[in-house]
Amino acid sequence: MLNIKNLHASVDGVKILKGIDLEINAGEVHAIMGPNGSGKSTLASVIAGNEDFEVTEGDILFEKANISELSPEERAHKGIFLSFQYPIEIPGVSVTNFIKTSINQVRKSRGQKDMPANEMLKKIREKSALLDMDRKFLSRSLNEGFSGGEKKRNEIFQMAMLEPKLAILDETDSGLDIDALRIVSDGVNRLRNKGNATLVITHYQRLLDYVVPDVVHVLVDGKIVKTGGKELAKELEERGYDWLKEERAEMT
Amino acid sequence: MAYTEQELEKELQNKEYEYGFYTEMESDTFPPGLNEDVVIGISKKKGEPDWMTQWRLDAYRHWLTMKEPNWANIGYEKPDYQAISYYSAPGTKPKYDSLDEVDPEMLETFKKLGISIDEQKKLAGVAMDVVIDSISVTTTFKKTLAEKGIIFCSISEAIQEYPELIKKYMGSVIPTSDNYFAALNSAVFGDGSFCYIPKGVRCPMELSTYFRINQANTGQFERTLVIAEDSSYVSYLEGCTAPMRDENQLHAAVVELIALDNAEIKYSTVQNWYPGNKEGVGGVFNFVTKRGICEKNAKISWTQVETGSAITWKYPSCILKGDNSTGEFYSIAVTNNYQQADTGTKMIHIGKNTKSTIISKGISAGNSQNSYRGLVQINKGAVNARNFSQCDSLLMGNRCGAHTFPYIEAKNKTAQVEHEATTTKIGEDQIFYCNQRGIDTEKAIALIVNGYSKDVLNKLPMEFAVEAQKLLEISLEGSVG
Repeated sequence: MLNIKNLHASVDGVKILKGIDLEINAGEVHAIMGPNGSGKSTLASVIAGNEDFEVTEGDILFEKANISELSPEERAHKGIFLSFQYPIEIPGVSVTNFIKTSINQVRKSRGQKDMPANEMLKKIREKSALLDMDRKFLSRSLNEGFSGGEKKRNEIFQMAMLEPKLAILDETDSGLDIDALRIVSDGVNRLRNKGNATLVITHYQRLLDYVVPDVVHVLVDGKIVKTGGKELAKELEERGYDWLKEERAEMT
Repeated sequence: MAYTEQELEKELQNKEYEYGFYTEMESDTFPPGLNEDVVIGISKKKGEPDWMTQWRLDAYRHWLTMKEPNWANIGYEKPDYQAISYYSAPGTKPKYDSLDEVDPEMLETFKKLGISIDEQKKLAGVAMDVVIDSISVTTTFKKTLAEKGIIFCSISEAIQEYPELIKKYMGSVIPTSDNYFAALNSAVFGDGSFCYIPKGVRCPMELSTYFRINQANTGQFERTLVIAEDSSYVSYLEGCTAPMRDENQLHAAVVELIALDNAEIKYSTVQNWYPGNKEGVGGVFNFVTKRGICEKNAKISWTQVETGSAITWKYPSCILKGDNSTGEFYSIAVTNNYQQADTGTKMIHIGKNTKSTIISKGISAGNSQNSYRGLVQINKGAVNARNFSQCDSLLMGNRCGAHTFPYIEAKNKTAQVEHEATTTKIGEDQIFYCNQRGIDTEKAIALIVNGYSKDVLNKLPMEFAVEAQKLLEISLEGSVG
C-alpha cells in the first residue's frame, strides 16, 4: 500500500530524514519508534504532504502511484489520514461541522454527492459511541479548550468517520491516561481490517501493548536502523535507544 | 424640449431661489449639480407637501455650512458634489434586454449564491415579465400586515399618507444638521422604507426590502424610518447578499429607528455594494448614518454583515434614553483587495440600568484597511450602566491592516465598561490540518472565517445567515495565494 524509497527531507535547509525505506502492506500495522528528534513526526508530516518540509530525494508511492507531488488534500482524498500529535484548534467550528465538511469534500473529490444528513447523523452517533464520546462534545468548537485526551479521542473519531486506507497515528498516546488509552486503542483496533493499514508513531512501547504491531522500525537520526517484530518494542522499552545509537555510530 | 440640459443647468445656477417659485423640469433625470432649485425640484417631482420641501431646504442650507469629515481612517478622493445628478425618475427603462448582456463575472456570483433567474434579472436591471408568484406573495404579505395595523411602505408614500408620523419622527433621531452626509441625504433623499408597528403588535414576519416593489433608483440617497410603538416588536432585514452594481459612486443613506417603551427592533443588514475591481478601481463610497433611540425598557439590535463598497463609513448607534433599555451591535466587516472600512457603533447611555453589547468582527485580506471605531458614552444620570465590547480582527496575508479605535467616556462612577480586543491570523497549521482532512485551502479559509464570525452570524435570521455565510466565502475567494 505504502512504499517509501530512499526518502530525504529537510526543513529550512536542515536535513531531517536521511534515506528512509519503508513498505507497508494492506492489513498490516507498523510501528515507528525512536528517540526525540529522530524524525518520526517529520516522516508523518512528509507522508501527509506538509509543505513546510522539502523532499530533496526519494519517492513516496501510495497504491503504486507516486504521490510526492500531490497536495495534502489530494493525499487525504486518496485515503491517507494523519492523527496529529498536536491537534489544531478552530474556534467557532463545531466537531460535527468540521467532520461533515471533511467527509463531503472527500466525497466530492470522488465524484460523489454530499452524504445525506440522516446517514451522516447515524454515522456520527455510531462512531462517537465507539469512542465513548459524550454527545455534547460534538457541538463544541474543534479542539478549543479540549483536554489532551479529548483531542486525541477526537482525532480517532475523525479517523473512524473517514475510514482511511492508511492511518498514521503520530504520538496518539501522549496526553492519554490509561482509560483513554484503552478506549482509543480499542477504537483503532476495531477499525482495522484486511483492506487498511496503520502506521503508529510512538516514543513509548505502552501504546503497542494495545495496538499490537506486525512490524516495528526504529528510527534514529533520520534513518531506520533496525526493523523487527513486536518483541523489538519490548527490547527498546528495557534497553532504551542508546545501544542502537552506538551501533549506528559504529556502523558509520 | 425647450432647451438643452446645459442651458437648463446654467439657468438653474444663475437663478435666485424664491420660495414658492419652481422651475419645471421635463427631463426624467436632472442634470448634474446641486443648488436650492434642485432640492425643490426633487421635492416637487415627488409631489411632496410644502413642509417637506422646506425641511429639505433647511437641511440643504445647513449642509452648505458644513465640511466633509476627514477623521475616519480612510483615504479617497472627495466626490465633486456638483458633478452628481440628484434625481432620476423611478421606473426608467431597463439597462439590458437580456441576461446575455450582463457582466459574466456578476452572473457567476449570482450562480454561487443560488439566486433564481428571475431574481438575477431584477438585480442586474434586466427587463423581465411580471412574475405572478412574486406579485401574489407581495399581496398576501401586505394583507397580513394590514390586518395587524402594520404600515410598511415607501417613505414617499408615507410622506403623502402619514404626514403626522413623518413630521413627528423624521429627523428626530438624526437631525438634518447631524453630520455632512446626513444633511446631504436629508436635502436630496430619493426614497426608502417606512415601517410603523402599532402598540402591542408583534410583527409576524421578517420585514424585508426584498418584498418592496418600489426599489428602482432609490439606492443612492436612501432614507429609512422604523417606528415601534409601546410593547411592539419588529425584525427588519435590509440589503441583499447579491452583488449590487450601481453607476452612482456616492451613497449616503440615513436610517432612523424609534423604539418606544418596551418595544424591540432588530435591524439586520447585509451590504454588498460593488467594492471596485482587484486593482481598487471603481466601487461604491458608502457613507451611512444609522441611529436608533430606545425609550424605557426598549431594545435595539443592529446586526450587520458588510462585505461590499470601496469605502464604508458607518456607525449604527443606539441612544439608550429610557431606563433599563438595551442596545446591541453585532458586526462582521470584510475588506479585501483595496477596500477600506471604518465602521463601528456608538452606545450613548442616558437612562438608568442601561445595557449595551458590542461584538465586532473585522476580517481584512488583500491590501485592504479595516478599522473598528466605537464610542461608549456613559452620561451622568446613567446609574448602573453596563457595557461589554469585544472587537476582534482577523488578518489574512501581510499587506492588509486592522485597526481599533475604541472611545470610552464614563461620567458616572457606577458604570461598568469592559473592552476586549484580539487580533489573529489564520495559521498555516490550521490550513494544513484542514487540508489533511481533505478540505482544500479555499474551503478551509471559509470554514475558519465562518467559525470566527459565528457569534454574529447567529444573530441573523436563519435564511439570511445561510446567505451571509456563502457571501463571506465568495468575498474572500482568492485572498490567499
